[in-house]
Amino acid sequence: MGSYVIRRVLATLPVMGVVAVIVFLMLRLSPGDPAAIIAGDNATSQDIAQIREYLGLDQPLGEQFVRWIGQLLTGDFGNSIYLNRPVLGLIMERVGPTLALSISTMAFAILLAIPLGVLAAWRAGSWGDQAIMAMSVLAFSVPVFLIGYGLVIGFSLELELLPVQGFVSLSESPIGFLRHLVLPTVALGLVYTALLARITRATMLETLNEDFIRTARAKGLAEPRVLILHALKNASVPIVTTIGTGIALLIGGVVVTESVFAVPGIGRLTIDAVLQRDYPVIQGVILVIAGVYVLVNLAIDLTYSLLDPRIRY
Amino acid sequence: MAASDIAAVPATIPGAPRRASRLRRVARRPLPAIGATLLALLVLSALAAPWLTSHDPFEMNVVDRLMPPNETYWFGTDAYGRDIFTRTLYGGRVSLVIGASVAIASTVIGLFIGVLAGYFRLADAVLMRIMDGLMAIPGILLAIALMSLTRASMWVVIVAITIPEVPRVVRLVRAVVLSVREQVYIQAASAIGTRLPRLMIKHILPNTFAPLIVQATYIAASAVLVESYLSFLGVGTPPEIPSWGNIIAEGRLYVQIAFWNILFPSVFLALMVLSINILGDGLRDMLDPRLARRI
Amino acid sequence: MAPDPVLLVEELRTEFASGDGPPLVAVNDLSFRVDRGETLCIVGESGCGKSLTALSVLRLLPRPYGRIGGGRVLLDGKDLAKVSEPEIRAVRGRSVSMIFQEPMTSLNPVLNIGRQIAETVMVHEGLPWQACIDRALAMLKQVRIPEPERRLHEYPHQLSGGMRQRVMIAMALACRPRVLLADEPTTALDVTIQAQILDLIRDLQTETGTAVVLITHDLGVVAEMADRVLVMYAGSKVEEGSAEEIFDAPAHPYTRGLMGAMPHLGEARGARLNEIPGVVPALNARPPGCAFAPRCSQATARCHAEAPPVRNLGSTHTAACWEVGEGAAA
Repeated sequence: MGSYVIRRVLATLPVMGVVAVIVFLMLRLSPGDPAAIIAGDNATSQDIAQIREYLGLDQPLGEQFVRWIGQLLTGDFGNSIYLNRPVLGLIMERVGPTLALSISTMAFAILLAIPLGVLAAWRAGSWGDQAIMAMSVLAFSVPVFLIGYGLVIGFSLELELLPVQGFVSLSESPIGFLRHLVLPTVALGLVYTALLARITRATMLETLNEDFIRTARAKGLAEPRVLILHALKNASVPIVTTIGTGIALLIGGVVVTESVFAVPGIGRLTIDAVLQRDYPVIQGVILVIAGVYVLVNLAIDLTYSLLDPRIRY
Repeated sequence: MAASDIAAVPATIPGAPRRASRLRRVARRPLPAIGATLLALLVLSALAAPWLTSHDPFEMNVVDRLMPPNETYWFGTDAYGRDIFTRTLYGGRVSLVIGASVAIASTVIGLFIGVLAGYFRLADAVLMRIMDGLMAIPGILLAIALMSLTRASMWVVIVAITIPEVPRVVRLVRAVVLSVREQVYIQAASAIGTRLPRLMIKHILPNTFAPLIVQATYIAASAVLVESYLSFLGVGTPPEIPSWGNIIAEGRLYVQIAFWNILFPSVFLALMVLSINILGDGLRDMLDPRLARRI
Repeated sequence: MAPDPVLLVEELRTEFASGDGPPLVAVNDLSFRVDRGETLCIVGESGCGKSLTALSVLRLLPRPYGRIGGGRVLLDGKDLAKVSEPEIRAVRGRSVSMIFQEPMTSLNPVLNIGRQIAETVMVHEGLPWQACIDRALAMLKQVRIPEPERRLHEYPHQLSGGMRQRVMIAMALACRPRVLLADEPTTALDVTIQAQILDLIRDLQTETGTAVVLITHDLGVVAEMADRVLVMYAGSKVEEGSAEEIFDAPAHPYTRGLMGAMPHLGEARGARLNEIPGVVPALNARPPGCAFAPRCSQATARCHAEAPPVRNLGSTHTAACWEVGEGAAA
């Protein structure tokens, strides 16, 4: 078991390495002069030269890469050109709202999607099943901002039940925290729920056709027990895997949702950075988020052996 | 974007009798037909835009700004007095072009890389690590980052959206190639000296077509959605082009007083993505309901 | 010895819905009884409906296309085909248990053995969990699994096929059922393991008095295990009788064909095996009249046209054929 853990951890290193290379090369291989791009349209040649020197873009590629990796490993993600502050610090400041929104969305989706998926699979082919499937196709076809603005118009502007936008941190006011999270969570959560519900249903359908389900029923077990303890437990590995890989999708959605609801998280940070061509910030954000994705999936990987005793290397 | 692969899960019940005639099957599951029809209507409306409306999508009538839907302006006007109905129809063209281009490009590139990875072990190790790395970066973030590097244009948008979609296609193709390779008839063909290109073209590639078509459909839907997100965030198609995302981005300032700016393009967007997704479901069920296992 | 039926099946008809057409009949007016403590073997080719018969008794037909179209399944006077869901669940695993053909896939891979056995006891007898585990251990000992204490905590993938089948039997007998339905329990096992499992079933039957309905296509198994035999073909019963009657004096042409097709020691090397020409008709292509007629060497015009009656050939021996017993053409 221990060697399994070590092997899985080591396997994440090449992936992070690739991410680092991609991020590194993106700027330096783009068409045109990277320094000029960052400097923007109104820059003088002096500005461009300054930026080139600041970012070390005049040095040979290999040297740049080594220096950059070295900096990364010591926690130096560079400085924001625009704000002249360490990138990592900026990210840490904004991570709170993004984290809150991501977690609440995932919780919402899991709590809603798994029961729906199980029910849909159990009564596959029935009207209920078709309805759930139709709703889920709808939910992930509709853009987040449509749901978002719809909710805002309905609940905030017309009914005045919930705030239109913004974010309140937990330490400031728990009630405010929750009230500001509700709409963004629901807007994004519906999409994620649709995805999860479909995977849950598909996996459950396959599992319910297995022989041991017939055995369970032949023992006289009640349906809820069969569905949850026998079927769902077996279906859990693919479902949990999807939750893990779906995090990439979730984060993408969070970026857009933060824009719709003016939540001051990492999404806003990134958009501002893009508009200002603040490349170090963009780099930093991608590295951090990719890192989180890899770590979360690693954690999920390691929990597989809890779910399925056959996986115990 | 990731949505394209998770969308592809089976909707049929395993073990159901396959006796019903085609027509009966369509009647029992009307959804794919509805999806295809809806898509056809949207495509038609986009292509026929100049004939369906007398307004010009770029013509500004500041006097008529922010008017609610009425007889002259069926969907109302935006902040510059432009007719939203016309702009929405023209926006459909942008979405169709982007959706189709991304789907085709990512499929072709992914097919090439996937075959390489499936057939050559060394290439596989390297290529799949790269794909894993690509997948660790959320598609929208990657697209945003790519957009920040150059001047915005349709081509750049297409490239930026295509790149994050490629890994899923690669995975799919690679899986098919790997599984087909193991088949005894391939080993037999190889043993009698069949050359690689022939093996590839005659035996292996045809097995990829069905899953690829389905996947490409889902990618198209995802691309349309992602483009709208990018434009909404201000980093998508250039603002001069009336894409749905741009219309919504411009209209978001007026969500309280003129929500029709957002409503109509969003609804069209949703309908297009929905119809493509439903079409994808239908294709998948038609071509092979067990496809989802390979994706 | 007067028959003492514990399970009585009367004119059971099991069918599959098929789109807009008439349903496909897989089990056709089947009647039989199972006496207390006896072993009844149901024998026939693949597709003759013998497994479906067992599934019908417990109403475990594949949803939503399979259903019981008619007939009665009487256990203690209650018609299992018509009782409510909670009632049939109370019967499953408690009064009537079933074991299946594929021990490799019939156990839940993510739960340990002890839990899977104890679960049955808990659901039917409501005992506290520790008592259920104790019973599970006792059952493992009764089915003679080596190192039963260790097995309690192990998972199915850690056991061999033979051991898994023993676990299945332990699970099935945990609540002392009156009838055990065994659907080809040894078909997927090695020959030596087969013998062990059959011995086990026979011994357990002596110890517990459970009636066993053993479904098989292997006449060797029938010869070893059966008190009485039921021969099925294309969803119907073609012959029924005690083991001696069936083996010593098979009456129905199909039964005779089956007996004749078995290879014997002492046969000339290279001699062709006797086969029954033709194939079993598909569910939707059953001929009117006797289903076996197209393949029968003794078929007459009447056989092709009318379904044969059940003829008595002795006190316990019956056959469904125009050409046997009284009234047969000379």
